[in-house]
Amino acid sequence: MEKKKREEDTGGTSNKSAPKVKQRQRKKKSKESKTRTVHANTLYDSAKGEENPNRHYANNKIKTTKYTLLSFLPKNLFEQFHRFANVYFVFIALLNFVPVVNAFQPELALAPVVFILSVTAIKDLWEDYRRHRSDKEINHMDCLVYSRTERRYVEIYWKEVRVGDFIRLRCNEILPADVLLLSSSDPDRLCHIETATLDGETNLKQRQVVRSFYDLDCDFDPLKYNSVIECEKPNNDLSRFRGYIIHRNGRRDALYKDNLLLRGCTIRNTEEAVGIVIYAGHETKAMLNNNGPRYKRSKLERQMNVDVFWCVIILLVMCLFAAVGHGLWMFQYGDKRPVFDVLSPEGADLSPIMSAIYLFLTMIIVFQVLIPISLFVSIEIVKICQVYFIHNDLELYDEETDSHLQCRALNITEDLGQMQYIFSDKTGTLTENKMVFRRCTVAGVEYSHDANARRLAMYQEVDSEEEECMSHGGTLPRRDSVTSHQSARVVLRSQSTKSHRRTGSRAEAKRASILSKHTAFSSPMEKNITPDPQLLDKVNECSSQMDFMRFHSQSMSTLPSDLCDIIDFFIALTICNTVVVSSPNQPRQKVRMRFELKSPVKTIEDFIKRFTPSRLTSAESPDEAALVYAARAYKCSLVGRLPDQVTVELPHLGKLSFELLHTLGFDSTRKRMSVVVRHPLTDQITVYTKGADSVIMDLIRPSSHDASGKRQKKILYRTQNYLNQYAADGLRTLCIAKKVLSKEEYACWLQRHLQAETAIQGREELLFESALRLETNLHLLGATGIEDRLQDGVPETIASLRRAGLQIWVLTGDKQETAVNIAYACKLLDPEEELLTLNADSQEACALLLDESLHYIQAKFLCSSSDQAPKAYLSNMADSDLYSSLLVHRLGLVIDGRTLAYALDRTLEDKFLAVARSCRSVLCCRSTPLQKSMVVKLVRNKLKVMTLAIGDGANDVSMIQVADVGVGISGQEGMQAVMASDFALPRFSYLQKLLLVHGHWCYSRLANMILYFFYKNAMFVALIFWYQFYCGFSGSAMIDQWYLIFFNLMFSAFPQLITGTLDKNVSAETLQRLPQLYKNGQNSEEYKPYMFWMNMIDAFYQSLVCFFIPYFAYSDSEVDLFTWGTPITTIALFTILLHLGIETKTWTWMNWSSICFSIALFFTVALCYNASCPTCYSPSNPYWTIQRLLQDPQFYFLCVITPCSALLPRYFYRACQGTLFPSVVQVGRQLDKLPSETRQNILSLSGVAAGSQLSPQPQFLSTNKSLPKDGVGKNTVAQLYQKEDAGRDKETCKDVYSLVNTEGDTLPYTKDLPGGQLNISTQSSGGLVRSAEESHVLPNIDCVELPPEHGPSCVRYKRSPEEALQNRTEHKIHVAL
Amino acid sequence: MASSYNAKEEDGHHSGAAGHGGAGADKSRKPDNTAFKQQRLPAWQPILTAGTVLPAFFVIGLIFIPIGIGLYVTSNNIKEFEIDYTGVDSKSECYACARNFSWNSTTPCTCSMNFTLEQPFESNVFMYYGLSNFYQNHRRYVKSRDDSQLNGDPTALKDPSKECEPYRTSEGLPIAPCGAIANSLFNDTLELHYVDSNGTKLEIPLVKKGIAWWTDKHVKFRNPNGNTNLTVAFQGTSKPVNWGKPVYELDPLDPENNGFINEDFIVWMRTAALPTFRKLYRIIQKKSSTTPTLPSGRYILSITYNYPVLSFDGRKRMILSTISWMGGKNPFLGIAYITVGSICFFLGVVLLIIHHKYDNRNTSADIPN
Repeated sequence: MEKKKREEDTGGTSNKSAPKVKQRQRKKKSKESKTRTVHANTLYDSAKGEENPNRHYANNKIKTTKYTLLSFLPKNLFEQFHRFANVYFVFIALLNFVPVVNAFQPELALAPVVFILSVTAIKDLWEDYRRHRSDKEINHMDCLVYSRTERRYVEIYWKEVRVGDFIRLRCNEILPADVLLLSSSDPDRLCHIETATLDGETNLKQRQVVRSFYDLDCDFDPLKYNSVIECEKPNNDLSRFRGYIIHRNGRRDALYKDNLLLRGCTIRNTEEAVGIVIYAGHETKAMLNNNGPRYKRSKLERQMNVDVFWCVIILLVMCLFAAVGHGLWMFQYGDKRPVFDVLSPEGADLSPIMSAIYLFLTMIIVFQVLIPISLFVSIEIVKICQVYFIHNDLELYDEETDSHLQCRALNITEDLGQMQYIFSDKTGTLTENKMVFRRCTVAGVEYSHDANARRLAMYQEVDSEEEECMSHGGTLPRRDSVTSHQSARVVLRSQSTKSHRRTGSRAEAKRASILSKHTAFSSPMEKNITPDPQLLDKVNECSSQMDFMRFHSQSMSTLPSDLCDIIDFFIALTICNTVVVSSPNQPRQKVRMRFELKSPVKTIEDFIKRFTPSRLTSAESPDEAALVYAARAYKCSLVGRLPDQVTVELPHLGKLSFELLHTLGFDSTRKRMSVVVRHPLTDQITVYTKGADSVIMDLIRPSSHDASGKRQKKILYRTQNYLNQYAADGLRTLCIAKKVLSKEEYACWLQRHLQAETAIQGREELLFESALRLETNLHLLGATGIEDRLQDGVPETIASLRRAGLQIWVLTGDKQETAVNIAYACKLLDPEEELLTLNADSQEACALLLDESLHYIQAKFLCSSSDQAPKAYLSNMADSDLYSSLLVHRLGLVIDGRTLAYALDRTLEDKFLAVARSCRSVLCCRSTPLQKSMVVKLVRNKLKVMTLAIGDGANDVSMIQVADVGVGISGQEGMQAVMASDFALPRFSYLQKLLLVHGHWCYSRLANMILYFFYKNAMFVALIFWYQFYCGFSGSAMIDQWYLIFFNLMFSAFPQLITGTLDKNVSAETLQRLPQLYKNGQNSEEYKPYMFWMNMIDAFYQSLVCFFIPYFAYSDSEVDLFTWGTPITTIALFTILLHLGIETKTWTWMNWSSICFSIALFFTVALCYNASCPTCYSPSNPYWTIQRLLQDPQFYFLCVITPCSALLPRYFYRACQGTLFPSVVQVGRQLDKLPSETRQNILSLSGVAAGSQLSPQPQFLSTNKSLPKDGVGKNTVAQLYQKEDAGRDKETCKDVYSLVNTEGDTLPYTKDLPGGQLNISTQSSGGLVRSAEESHVLPNIDCVELPPEHGPSCVRYKRSPEEALQNRTEHKIHVAL
Repeated sequence: MASSYNAKEEDGHHSGAAGHGGAGADKSRKPDNTAFKQQRLPAWQPILTAGTVLPAFFVIGLIFIPIGIGLYVTSNNIKEFEIDYTGVDSKSECYACARNFSWNSTTPCTCSMNFTLEQPFESNVFMYYGLSNFYQNHRRYVKSRDDSQLNGDPTALKDPSKECEPYRTSEGLPIAPCGAIANSLFNDTLELHYVDSNGTKLEIPLVKKGIAWWTDKHVKFRNPNGNTNLTVAFQGTSKPVNWGKPVYELDPLDPENNGFINEDFIVWMRTAALPTFRKLYRIIQKKSSTTPTLPSGRYILSITYNYPVLSFDGRKRMILSTISWMGGKNPFLGIAYITVGSICFFLGVVLLIIHHKYDNRNTSADIPN
């Protein structure tokens, strides 16, 4: 209890009530102070002593458990009663204790509720116990803490660490609490930590000793420490720490996040460090960040709740009916009370009305089974099993990172099968976020790095070879998009598209992992840059000149400016970053090893040998690493980085140490970072800035008058051109600039900067302003183009997700050109489809643009698509029905951030959605995290669709949280996205299997299970309802109350759980090869509202059969109540199990055994129960009933005929459905049955065809009987196909032409709007004829009939003529970028 | 449950991860490649189409129809005779008795009815009394008994269960047997006389033993203190209000059939499932293999009319029936089997047509594209 109190005090618990407690506590404490003051514990007698000011802070003991032994029962029950269903069932159970209305033995009626509650409670208890054990393990880890009494560091448990303690940390030790670094054995007073457990970043981070202790010569002596630390309250912001330390002499020193070592991190490369504990236990940042799994409610569950509500209505209607019936039944006897109408226990003679009212309550108890009490528990169990299987899927396991899919939200697995919109981040999600340096421009001269490109192409070849070996279906043949008059730019783009296809393969990954396991960005492809010979010459020339000049102590300004720029460019690349050079697992020494960089690196192995054992580079952002590697290729290598000094090795010049005055870190608003250094050669204070081209180009101020100014302008112009070209190639561009500060300027700036640095309040803003002041009037050095490589299998994944009917939107912060190119590369945009580009400068322009686009879409697709679409267009735009009726056209929409901001305005959002909805793909560039989430929210709320957001970075968190399902890529950019997500994937391509296979399965399993549950309960309850007609509506049940209550919980529970967990309606392979099957879930085809009613009707029919066959068989016989009820129970069980059997698609041994088990369980229980006690179990007292029944042949005859006749309609219907109108899923199942070879053929054909067509709305054809039968068996596949297709083409070609002509009149729609432009240019339909001809080649197969070697299993494979037409009418349109 | 362990593993236990980071660092988290975990268990995947299902329909049809015929024939071989003696009709012999009734009338009203058996009853004949419109399955009625008391539990005898209310005590004494079921015990006496060709009335011997379940008679129902001296055993209890005589006088002649173990009583206590029911009253045993148990001819049924049913519009019947291995006469099951079998057969034919007409590609697949 004492523990508990403390926990309340500190509010650091992780349970649900924690936030409340925290709030309260915050309120309370905010009165006292806004900061935390930490004194050293060495000053006081004991850590807990009265006088110790630290005594109020939480200690380091963590307790993540929800319950204590005492509080478990009440607390758990309280939590469970938050669920409405539980309250309902308890209410019913309690109703049973009222004698007038009770239907069952009250104790027995409690059983199901108690059972359900205790199952949940045991689950909770077990989870809590696990937490407790893990807590205990953590609490009992050792660490060294300075002891006042013993005057040395002693080993104590983590849980005994308290705020104010001094901790000594050794290399590779895990930090027990948040510690302020006071001393480090490192000569530079640094301490390296690995934060992988905290944010997933594997690179080492430097932490610095607090400045006041920086100059300490001797070892840190805790006894001499007498300063006071004033810092902010515990919070969960990992990247922020503010405070100051007050020394005895009154001096204040600011504290930064760089001084704080966070709990859970590992000390690396540092022999020893000492710090004082600032936050402990639950107040550490790591613990405050640790919130448990999220709870969401899935779409299916929402739908289910509606039907639960309907069940309640049905229940009430049935009860009301029975009550009225009972009233009338009583009324007909009038005053003459018959002998069998027993008075109430009190002896009171009830009027018909009163007894009807009582009966109503009784009936609620009797019929309670209709509301499935075990449904909720069963769903939970099934979901846990589903999560288990998803977790264990080998195909979702990434060997490279040893990570598998994580399901962080346990209860929305079935939502994965119902997704309609995917919102994806680009960088790190579609791309690998592994940056490869491609080319650069320095001082206006482009260096194309052809050799480097060739080298990268070599990787491509290796990859593609492996790909070929690995894939059976073969890669998709590229249909070249080149049309009649294609500009050079388009050609260029297709090249770059190819280069994007060069995705990293497993082989590369393996190479990378051989190379190093410790750095994230270390594949040779990224490291091993081949320098451009021209540039290399220049660098050499330049540096040798400089060397010469240094030797002769000449001024550096005499150097030609272009050469100067080149060397500055590389210096900037090398030092303007946060890259840390370190060697892992070894304490860093001041004297580092020297590297021979003279001989050229010949092979990768050579490279590995030379670099890996001793030196690794780790960077916070992969861009930086790529640039550093690029500079290293020119022999400008980063040798060491200290807080105040960067050492660079330059050719000829050798090692140079730059005094690092300031680092103005990167932030997303400034989009740049700068370093201020003192140049060792010129002794000038130089600012190197690196950042996004858009911001840097604005900051360049060429001196206007003289020749150099002119030259600068020219360079600026050229560089801008190259930048555009880079962007068009899909490269990430960065500009490098510098600025030389005079001493006065620097002093002036420094003064204000120091003020900003030491401020506690609003420090970020002040630093931001300070940086803005510095980064002006820059001198442009050059620009770099970095390639961000697409992840493995992204185009294929996108293609198949799209075929699955998913709309994919990409929301990225990148520039428009880069984004568009990546979109082409990953097949998001098709070169064959039109592109609508929306760039507007004002609200009005945006509105106009949207109107124009809408009209354009109308005009264009009015004639080509079916006629209901235009009508829908013409109707009211705001009408929400509109959304559902729109067709998706072959259009791509590109919108930039600014326009998006206008479009998301309340007045325009409907129009924007209407436009965006009719486009096949949408690309939002330059969008902010907030806009991302707004787009998701808009689509989700307005279109009422299921949305999935996938991203990897912190900027995607808001989007991930807003979407129905958030998926995080556990990649390189930290763990924020993963922490916010419901599912975390190692790779984007895994999304395909997660959605198409697991999502589909989870959805169909759960949907079927829920429907089955409703059916089962309704069927069982209806049996009793029919009986009411024959017992005077008295609420009597012929089914023994034990059977009645345990039927759901035991006898019929297991098979449905097994089916709900294991049933596969289509195999994983087919699901992946035929993504169209996913539509099944999207359209909620397994569980439509009418299906609930169909199931109800079927349930009532079946119960009628199960009731009346025994009724007539036993009518007017000497059968007694329960001897008659037991066969009915048995029959109902058989019927329900057989019903499940009809609905089960795959029968594994587990299905068989569960059904056998259920039946065996029923008979065992019945036999034992009926034999156990001759006087118990009033009122049924079923002694020897089942035993006698088992000797009765009539019982067996009943058990055979009744289930048969009850299930006859359903069985017949299913058979007819399977033949006459099979659903798509059934077609998929039939495919599964085919011999694997045949199936392979069909699937690969369909894969190829669909891959090349990318039809927007693939249509399903169930039957097409017009096929000439003589074709079968005579023609080969291709012949038949050609014959068929040629015939059709003749008809359609004409239409195509006329169609195109009419469109030609209305086009082009290019209009220049004020402030904006609508970039829709179309090209003549010249390519059309060709495409029609081309479609005769195999990839465009329309219809395939396999030759009849495969016996009767002849497989036909067709496309509808309408669709063929649709595909013919595509326009080859390219948009000038 | 193990599954949830795996699932929770990742759930953001960061400090936890830090805790055992060292121990499990080397172990790969690669999932096991087992058929179960990868959901590749060998499975039978039936596809319901006309082609695959149609044999099942024919098989069911072909099995059900003969069974049905067999059952029907069996049921038809059973001889059954039924006579209503309620006395609703004014022409009925028992009309007078039916009119003036009260539960507590001391003078028994007797009446007799004549009937003729057209065919002789060959084997053992079971004699039932049948009641209609008698809701013995009423919820409160069914509950109104104390099984412990009936099992001879002396404490329950003196203190019956509350379920027996309001028939638990009478005049301060506990009722034995308590409850509404016992209270409404059927108390008509039926006798059967054969009128032979020369008009003499021969009483047919009715066996009253063996009409209850063996387990009821020997396990569930027991007299307090065994069967010795029931008068003493039931001292301090009261008879049910509707009864004319106490429970220990139900069959004073046979101590094995007296008290709670009286078989008529036991049969009554087994509450019927439906409002129209029959209960076994007596057995007429076959005397010899040559003569029929009940030869065809005229019979007289003499009734001691005690049991009032007219107040709730009930009917009383006497039924004579032989039984087969399937129990009493009931053609329903046979008809049901024949009907369902025929329907199955018919549906099988329909499926066959469907199969031939539409399903020439019964295993083919239309690939959506």
